[in-house]
Amino acid sequence: MTITLNHFSAAAVFALFASVVFGITHRETTRDMVRYGLYCFAMFLGGALVAGWTMWLLRR
Amino acid sequence: MANSTTGKAKVAEAATVNTMAVLAPAVGWLIPGAGHMIQKRWIRGLLLFVSIVTLFLLGLAMDGRIYKANGGDILDILGFIGNVGAGGLYIITLAQDWGRGAIAFATADYGTKFMIVAGLLNFIAVADAYHIAIGKKQ
Repeated sequence: MTITLNHFSAAAVFALFASVVFGITHRETTRDMVRYGLYCFAMFLGGALVAGWTMWLLRR
Repeated sequence: MANSTTGKAKVAEAATVNTMAVLAPAVGWLIPGAGHMIQKRWIRGLLLFVSIVTLFLLGLAMDGRIYKANGGDILDILGFIGNVGAGGLYIITLAQDWGRGAIAFATADYGTKFMIVAGLLNFIAVADAYHIAIGKKQ
């Protein structure tokens, strides 16, 4: 069985799991872990979107 | 007398801390999240386990490639170091001869990266388990 993900789905899956680990390992309290995890998730996905649109603009 | 009792208690506590400082990272490397679980951080351990194992298995299901020990290209060596971080998952994958990689699909390359990242994330989890064991983190 082979799973096929498109680029954005792969980036979203990566962002989700990496953010969970970063949140747990980089902060002390539960509240800070959740906040940092959400921040990382937003930065991962936001970074991918910004990079994507930048490349689209450069290509034109 | 009281000083002697207190001293013995401190020695016993230090021995426990030292044992855990070795055991937690070792178990955490072998089974992602287990280093936290043996220190009674159940939810954190479970979340780490689910995140790292899912990422690794997704990489495998995407026909990602697993790196074996090698002394060749620097990127291959780095790939091996990343993969080794997955511990037990890496050992099982090698033993079963999975993760041979399918260069025909672009997604297989994503899968390769997923497995490397899963290993690297487990290294971070192992370091965190160690910090908990020595009392640097709650």
